[in-house]
Amino acid sequence: MRTLVSPWALRTRRGKTMYWLVFALVLALFTLAFVVPLVWMLLGAMKSAPELARNPPTLLPERFDTGAYAEAWNFMDLAKYFTNTVIIAAGAWLIQLAVQVPAAYALSKLRPVLGKWILALMLATLMLPASALLVPTYLAITEVPIFEVNLVNSPAAIWLPAAANAFNIYLLKRFFDQIPTDLLDAARIDGAGTVTTMARIVLPLSRPILAVVSIFSIVAAWKDFIWPLLVLQNPDVQTLSVALQRFEPDTPINLMLAGLVIASVPMVVAFLIFQRQILAGLTAGSLKG
Amino acid sequence: MTVTAVRTPELASVQGRSTRGPARLRRKVTENLTAYGFLCAALVCFALFSWYPIIRGILLSFQQVNFVTPAEWVGWRNFETLFNDPLFGIAWRNTLLFTGLALVIGFAIPFAVAIVLNELRHANAYFRLVVYLPVMLPPVVVAILWKWFYDPGPGLFNSMLRTVGLPPLAWLNSADTSMLSLVLVATWAAMGSATLIYLAALQTIPGELYEAAELDGANLWQRLRHVTIPQTRFVLLVMMLMQIVATMQVFTEPYVMTGGGPEDSTVTVPLLLYRYAFFYDDFGTASALSLLLFLALGAFSALYLRLTRSVS
Repeated sequence: MRTLVSPWALRTRRGKTMYWLVFALVLALFTLAFVVPLVWMLLGAMKSAPELARNPPTLLPERFDTGAYAEAWNFMDLAKYFTNTVIIAAGAWLIQLAVQVPAAYALSKLRPVLGKWILALMLATLMLPASALLVPTYLAITEVPIFEVNLVNSPAAIWLPAAANAFNIYLLKRFFDQIPTDLLDAARIDGAGTVTTMARIVLPLSRPILAVVSIFSIVAAWKDFIWPLLVLQNPDVQTLSVALQRFEPDTPINLMLAGLVIASVPMVVAFLIFQRQILAGLTAGSLKG
Repeated sequence: MTVTAVRTPELASVQGRSTRGPARLRRKVTENLTAYGFLCAALVCFALFSWYPIIRGILLSFQQVNFVTPAEWVGWRNFETLFNDPLFGIAWRNTLLFTGLALVIGFAIPFAVAIVLNELRHANAYFRLVVYLPVMLPPVVVAILWKWFYDPGPGLFNSMLRTVGLPPLAWLNSADTSMLSLVLVATWAAMGSATLIYLAALQTIPGELYEAAELDGANLWQRLRHVTIPQTRFVLLVMMLMQIVATMQVFTEPYVMTGGGPEDSTVTVPLLLYRYAFFYDDFGTASALSLLLFLALGAFSALYLRLTRSVS
């Protein structure tokens, strides 16, 4: 593909030298900027606390000691926070799909009266900066209107507001819009009800967008900090992010680093597995979305 | 009305065009009931945790609440409390400084990086992978990790500076460099998505445009100026709006890394909002500040939404 630099210029001896010089420079800078910090974190977790306090720092650990991971796991009771985070993320994912998929399907294919208005009201919420809504949403959690319950310290305090995500509904609706209505009519003639049509015809065709929405909602739930900080006040129900931040002032740095690695591994593994979907969702979501 | 195709009665009833009267009305009602059945969970979630809080937030800005006695109307007093708080001005200045620095650093770098990456023909998968890795890390992990890097003593950055013979910096410990340090973390953590979005935009530029420009005698710089930038102008504008809205809400980095210090140099508007609500238990004033933040950002997000919705 033709880009900014002309292919003829690249074929000359000078062009080739320049290309490889720039390539080496970018390779070195990228490795330094994005790989070295992560490797430094991994190595740091294997150094002892006194070794980490040394100045200048040692490049490699004197002894590759992976004991800090086990010690951090016990010291900060990470099993509990890891489980909490998994429950929060899995629940946020399932509830978002259960709420958003039917809603998007209704807005796209069933088209009820006022459907356009409902969609507009949902999209309007995207205009509001999340931090400007923290206080009133928090108050709605402490005393849910009509139901009169206090959801603070309950996973539902994360799940239910997450379900009110206009962006995901919009992504899903836009995808459903492209599915020809003839296909749905054909299913109905064959005697399929609305639920069957959605489950058997529309959802299998929508796997790409379901993957994108699923990944978005799981990653967002795993990474979120400010909202869980507000609504999960009891230490026993906190997520990894909230707990790590709480432990940070009085935890030995080598254990802290091990904790950081443990909190990151699921996201990095998810990225390595679902890289294609994540990057596709990134461009689809941010620009055309 | 002309019938262009022979319809079986079955199909006609499915499409609902040729039947009239009560049967049609009944089916309309059933269809709507089904649709609202599909929508009801979302409507409840939006009503309770989005629409209602929006209205409540506006009302709260003009109320004094203590959750024991009923809320009391206080007019503009919450806003007066804010304007009399010396931190109010400091917080806005800090937030604008953060947004400004993030625009200079965090906006230019990903675009430049994307342009260079678009020219490289080797190790593309590696570049894309590593630039996006920080985006996947939880922001709290990034903040704690960089706090450790910024340690003025054995921290990674000062060790690097000493290795190349430069004087060490105070980073987070000095009011002069604290905000810049936060911008660097935030840029590192977020630039992966911007870079890949720009890269995708650059790859849609037709090669003929560059060829034509070259035939007309345009050099590299002129091609960049007159082909690349105009062709990506829309993406650049959208990303700039998105970045302004995101950076003006910066909370996690100052909360975890500095707590607003040193000397209040990193107190941002969301951090002040958090203090009013959860330290002073003054939800009225916190809501007034939320309303001001919304007014400051509303125009940017409205423009962003308009631009992105009208393309597709």
